[in-house]
Parts: sequence; C-alpha cells; structure tokens
Amino acid sequence: MKDAVVIAGAAESDELGKLPHLSTLQLQLGSARNAMADAGLTKDDIDGVACVGSPIQIAHSLGITPAWLDGTGVGGSSFLFHVRHATAAIRAGLCHTVLITHGESGRSRVGAARMAMGPDSVLGQFELPYGVLGPTTTFTIPALRYMKETGLTHEQLAEVAVAQRRWANLNPRAAMRDLITVDDVFASRMVAYPFHLLECCLVTDGGGALIVTSEDRARALGTAKPLVHVLGTGESADAPIISQMEDFTSSKGFRLSSAAAFAEAGISHDDVDHVMIYDAFAHVPIYGLEDMGFLKRGEAGAFIAEGHTSPGGRLPLNTNGGGLSYTHTGMYGMFAIQEAVRQLRGEAAAQVPGAEISVVLGNGGMFASAATLVLAGHRG
Amino acid sequence: MTASRKPVPKPTPDTQPFWDGTAAGELRVQRCAACSRHCFYPRPSCPACGSGELEWITASGRATLYSYVINHRPAPGFEDDGPYAIAVVELEEGVRMMTNIVGVEITPENLELDMPLQVVFEKRGDMHLPLFEPTGAGL
Ligand SMILES: [Zn+2]
Repeated sequence: MKDAVVIAGAAESDELGKLPHLSTLQLQLGSARNAMADAGLTKDDIDGVACVGSPIQIAHSLGITPAWLDGTGVGGSSFLFHVRHATAAIRAGLCHTVLITHGESGRSRVGAARMAMGPDSVLGQFELPYGVLGPTTTFTIPALRYMKETGLTHEQLAEVAVAQRRWANLNPRAAMRDLITVDDVFASRMVAYPFHLLECCLVTDGGGALIVTSEDRARALGTAKPLVHVLGTGESADAPIISQMEDFTSSKGFRLSSAAAFAEAGISHDDVDHVMIYDAFAHVPIYGLEDMGFLKRGEAGAFIAEGHTSPGGRLPLNTNGGGLSYTHTGMYGMFAIQEAVRQLRGEAAAQVPGAEISVVLGNGGMFASAATLVLAGHRG
Repeated sequence: MTASRKPVPKPTPDTQPFWDGTAAGELRVQRCAACSRHCFYPRPSCPACGSGELEWITASGRATLYSYVINHRPAPGFEDDGPYAIAVVELEEGVRMMTNIVGVEITPENLELDMPLQVVFEKRGDMHLPLFEPTGAGL
C-alpha cells in the first residue's frame, strides 16, 4: 500500500471579495500563513512550495528553503494538480511537507500578472480576432451544442444557479446569499446568449492555501486539525483553445482525470458523500456530473432542477455556493478544495451530515485542463 | 487606410500558409498524406497518426454551425457591431474553427445549429479573416 498522504492544513484569506488594499502577493502569503497556523506548523516545517506564478517568490518571502518546487500553472485547476504532484513527491521522498498557496487580485488587479496574449499566439491568431472577451465569450460556446444534443433547457441551465444559491444562503462568507428563482436568472442581464449574468461566476479577490504531508509526519508533528486523506488523484487536458475542444458536449479532461482518481482511490460513485465541481459558468457542473460518471449523458440538468444537489438532496454539490455565489478569484480550484476539507472535517458552514468522502473536480482554462481529487476523512 | 481597432492576427512561420490563403480568397487547412485526415490550427505533425507529412489544401469553404454565443458585452473594436455571434463552425473537411457569422441578423432564431454556411473573407488591417454567412445569403 502506498504511504498515506494528507492535507494537514487548509485556510482561506481572512477576507474575500473586493480587496483593493491587498496585492496578489499579500493574498498568497496571508493565505499561506493562515494554512500553516491551521496545521499548527511553522515555516521551518515546510520544505516544498507550489503555486501558480513563482514558488521562488513565495518561498523567499516566507523564509522557506525549498527542496521541491512546483509552478504548474494550467488555470484554475492548478491547485488540484499541485496536490497530486505533492502527493507523488512526498511518496517518492523528494520532500516531506508542501505548502500550496493561491492568492489572486482577480477583481482589483493589484500586483496581478498581465493576461493579454499576443496577436501571434494561437489564441491571438485564431480566436481573439473574432471578438472574444475572456471566459464569458469562450467557456460558454459549447453550451448550445450540449443543449441541442441532450435537450437541456434554458430553465434547467438557470436551475444550476438557483441550486447553488441555496447553499450560499447558508454560508455567511458567501458573496451572494439571497435566494433566487429561475425568473430572477432570466431577468438578469444577458451577457453572452444563452448565458445571463447570474449564470456566470463572480469576479473577486482572495486566496487560500494547503499544507500537504505524509500521515506519519503529520502525526509526529502533532498537527492541529483532523487529517484529510488524499485517496486518489487524476489529471489530464483537452485543447488549449475552446474552438478545438474535442467534443462540445463532454470534457475529455473531466472524464480522464476523474476516472484515474476514482480508480486509484478504489471507490465507486455510491461511496461519494459530497462533490465540488468547478463552476465558472452554469453548464460546467452539468458536464462535470456526467463526465465523472455520476449520471448518464443528458441527465444532469433534470437532476439538478429536481433538487438532488441542493441542501437535503442526495448528492450535495458546491456546498459553499460555488464560483457562481461564493467567490471566484479567477483560479477557483483552491476554494473547491477548501470546501471539501471543511466538509470532511465537519466544520463547513452548510455541513453535510456524516460526509466522509468528497470528490473535487477542477477545471483550468476553457475546458482546457482538468484534475480530480478524491479526499476522505479516513485512510480509505 | 485606418488601423483596425479590432484585433488583427499576426502570422508566424507555421501559420503563414493559412494567412496567405485567406489573402488569396482561399481557406486552407492541412491534410495528412499518411492518413488523409485534416487538421486545424496549423501544426508540424498529424495529431491523429503522428506523421510529419502534412500538406496544405484548399478547403471547399462549406461548413455547418457547430455552436455559438451571441456576445452582448463587446470586445474592444466591436462596440458598433451590436450583439455579435462568436461561433465555432465545422468545415466539410471535418475540422472546426472559430469565426463570426455575418450576412444575417444575429438572433437565436436565425442561427440554428447545423445550418449550412459558406466562407467569406473580411479585410482587417493587412490581413483577411475567414468569416461565415448562411449559404445563399450573399446571392
Ligand atoms: Zn495522419
């Protein structure tokens, strides 16, 4: 049996939302310090650092001497990749305790990286000339194809936002908490048909961080919180630009990464108590539920509309309110992991009773990269 | 002529044949000499079989509408266009590409998936972009 690897510390930035008084680096470092405090560890316990951007900067700022660095930056799923890579590195003996940190001034853009792609890039030659303006005009394009092929209705698409707001309503840290109806979604501004504003994620500032180590070391160090076990992980990719996505009705990255994670964990879908699916837009959880194998093709819209993913439902999904209602800094994956950890520790704002196994699906870019984590409150 | 405020693509050595094609009023894609499959965007080897023997061919210009959004929040340079369709079309040769739909009022009712389309070329700066209109719209 492989050595048990755990998430021993997990915390978000003190504040989420509109934070023009904090830089990207401050959000990364503040979250890192919160996660170390959550674990009951100091910077001298850390010998591995992962982040999007410069792990050198993170290590140097905090006074960590790294024996292992990972700067994998494949979009909002990157932090799930970091957990996977850290798990492998720890098992291989490359390092023993890894800090994974995220901070993003996604709304205020303080100290943020420049995002523009050159006119000679693949994107610049074959997508930007057609008037695309970020994810709202690209991530959304597959949806009409999915709707035509499966019969998903506009009402069912809106129900995704309605369902997630029910969870946000129970979460004091969520940005948007008032309950909404399908009519409210339809009455919100049309952003990119068929997507209304309430079917698009928030744009916020914030951060979060994790401490990953072996179960043995966590117990030896005497970390403070219940340990969350990494039972299985997977990663994959589809196309770098949305127009080249292999199948507009199914994400190859979602399918392959989740199949790998479920297989490694040795669990079936019936074992899963709680699910987090990256929800930059309302259609993404629909793809996720089907591509992960919880439902057959074309079933997820009705499943969500019937309330099965809402509070009290049989498959609690995006229980923090998700990117649609909780927070979305641009690279939301860190927040999906954070909520899974809270659920498995029994400390979530909208706690799922007895949640023992949680699956987290992360997306990067526009269905471009994907990673899946199977996490558990026990060793498996 | 005045510079376009809309983004103008800048060719690279690997994509130059494509853009030379649009300037000549042709839509060119690559075809694999080994397995006969087409591919787009330009690449050094066939993503299906791995062969490096790719040749440029001129596509028929016929396509169908695979999917789209109607964008209501214009990108820089598109402010005067009104809501516009950012579409992905599937060429008769089997490859897909992003484009804009022109030659028809942009409404969901007018844009049915799988409707037949035909390429047209729009000059922008020194470049020519492949756009698509409903078959017969230009007649
Ligand atoms: Zn070939």
